[in-house]
Amino acid sequence: MNPPVAPATGGGRIRTPLPFPTAAKPAVADTQLRANLHRATRTIRAKRARVVDEVPDWEALRDAGSAIKADVQRRLPELLEQFEASATAAGATVHWARDAAEACRIVVALTRAAGADEVVKVKSMATQEIELNEALEAAGIAAYETDLAELIVQLGDDTPSHILVPAIHYNRAQIREIFQRRMADAPADLSDEPAALAEAARAHLRRRFLSARVAVSGANFAVADTGTLVVVESEGNGRMCLTLPETLISVVGVEKLLPTFTDLEVFLQLLPRSSTGERMNPYTSMWTGVTPGDGPQDVHIVLVDNGRSAVLADPVGRPALSCIRCSACLNVCPVYERAGGHAYGSVYPGPIGAILSPQLTGVADNASLPYASTLCGACYDVCPVKINIPEILVHLRQQAPHPPVERATMRVLSWVMRSPRRWAAALRLARAGAGPLGAYRERRTGARTLRRLPWPASAWTRSRDLPLPASQTFREWWGKQ
Amino acid sequence: MRIALFITCVNDLAFPATGIAVTRILRRLGHTVEFPTEQTCCGQMHANTGYRAEAMPMVRNYVDVFDSYDAIVAPSGSCTAMIRDQYPSLHPPATSVAARTYELSELLVDVLGVTDVGAEFRETVTYHPTCHGLRLLRLGDRPLTLLRQVRGIKLVELGDAEECCGFGGTFALKNPDVSTAMLTDKCARVRDTGARVLAAADNSCLAHIGGGLDRHRSGVRAVHYAEILAETGATS
Repeated sequence: MNPPVAPATGGGRIRTPLPFPTAAKPAVADTQLRANLHRATRTIRAKRARVVDEVPDWEALRDAGSAIKADVQRRLPELLEQFEASATAAGATVHWARDAAEACRIVVALTRAAGADEVVKVKSMATQEIELNEALEAAGIAAYETDLAELIVQLGDDTPSHILVPAIHYNRAQIREIFQRRMADAPADLSDEPAALAEAARAHLRRRFLSARVAVSGANFAVADTGTLVVVESEGNGRMCLTLPETLISVVGVEKLLPTFTDLEVFLQLLPRSSTGERMNPYTSMWTGVTPGDGPQDVHIVLVDNGRSAVLADPVGRPALSCIRCSACLNVCPVYERAGGHAYGSVYPGPIGAILSPQLTGVADNASLPYASTLCGACYDVCPVKINIPEILVHLRQQAPHPPVERATMRVLSWVMRSPRRWAAALRLARAGAGPLGAYRERRTGARTLRRLPWPASAWTRSRDLPLPASQTFREWWGKQ
Repeated sequence: MRIALFITCVNDLAFPATGIAVTRILRRLGHTVEFPTEQTCCGQMHANTGYRAEAMPMVRNYVDVFDSYDAIVAPSGSCTAMIRDQYPSLHPPATSVAARTYELSELLVDVLGVTDVGAEFRETVTYHPTCHGLRLLRLGDRPLTLLRQVRGIKLVELGDAEECCGFGGTFALKNPDVSTAMLTDKCARVRDTGARVLAAADNSCLAHIGGGLDRHRSGVRAVHYAEILAETGATS
């Protein structure tokens, strides 16, 4: 028997080029970005809360979603083989990609084989993750995003900053500016009314839909027992891509499986209410291999691992693979609201990104992300599949490389605090040591606080006063009773 | 019933008034409260920052010190949450003592069945539900139920109350920009209320919000709600 091999980590746009605190600094200072994020996240947050509150069995639905995903994770290899057999029997060709690079190579080869030099794209996180657009461009193939927000981001030479609303960091005036600058067929008198912007994009995209011979999509769900793929979208652009071109290539993360078609009943209730705050999803497209004479006749499915087997191997971190990319956790996260998606440096921002990206790459490659949270728990409360994000964040922090000064401090504190005698002595010493300073500050300022300290304590005192030890500790008061 | 006070490390050093208040409230209600001096820290900072191995001796010490008591009360939502939420999986022998560890409002309302502790406090107060009390312990409106019975108090509602203040333990030091942005918004909501006193169930969160309020000389005092419940209006 072969010794067990550690599963490979993933590649693509899932690594932070800068530590989160460094990347967040300019974002927090960007007043336009802060206003855009504040307005957008709070709007979606309130909408979600309204439509979730009206579902009497919401908690039961969450439990069901969580249980189905846990079942998928327990028997993923078996379900993947079942999916491959079902999809193949229905006329699709299934490809397997170990990582981002291999997935991109497969899509490039399939596009070339179809004789195309352009593809239209359905909004897809998996293709953003593997940096497919860049790979296609390098191979001389133009990729056209057709989701309105993805189109805005692509025309702006930018990257998505939100899972559901990739252009959440822009307001409508900024979008109008991007369209006027980069969309050759935009009307000269384009206004920044949402309807006018959508109409301009619609006219721009219509030509692409009619001429494209190859479409690339992701999938929200892949059903093992039928071989069906499901795309859930709001605009109808996806439906165009999924029906008009001759060739359809779908890039699907291996965790997207559901065991049976009836399992969709649970997820098609959970997803729209959690993501867009809608009761029902506007465009739900499902296809099973090839239907002769109807829709794409050359159907490919690329199943991508890209680090997912490594996530699966960790029983504590594994529930991150249950994520259905709804974005509810981003919209309630106070850290995301202030730092924005780009600070996370990965296509997966927010709380889910903080647990998913480090697991896909190995924690050492994304060491700042598990710390990009106050552990406030708002994300866990709204997660439709009950991923205990704070618990996984704490779990990943145990694996993160720790700064030497911090490690030394923590060890000394632990040595002191593990011994009642040493701890009591340390309390006495701290109280006595800070005594004269505390008394002085109290006389001068009326409070036993400090206002300015050198590094590293300056990280605290830059925006908050710091309380000094009290003039007697609690145990000293108790001892005098 | 033998009740022990787990003061928590931060309160012992910097906020003894909170522990004194808890002692006074329980004595006023006719209970004896003990303070085992062998207690140290719950280990939350170590465990949540990624130093679980260094937290374990504190976890074991907690079990040794408190296992013989019927109820342990801690004036901290997040230390209580550390014990109840994490101890059973970190150290299975801690399961029983963890279940007998209560945040102050849980002890008063659920265990002792008291909502009126006989307090009087003539101030305008707003209450911030701290994250671990709110979402890990599910304290709900227990602290507010207690505060509503206080004679003379005027309680005003805090906007965006359930949003984190940006403290998050070492988060405040590791992510000072985002933490400060969150703090600024929290302080603004507190000041919107016009309250002169901000109350909460955690002195660590209060040190953060209070530190921000003090920095701007806002004139708002941050106090643990136990200190309000301990007030009787009589000069002591």
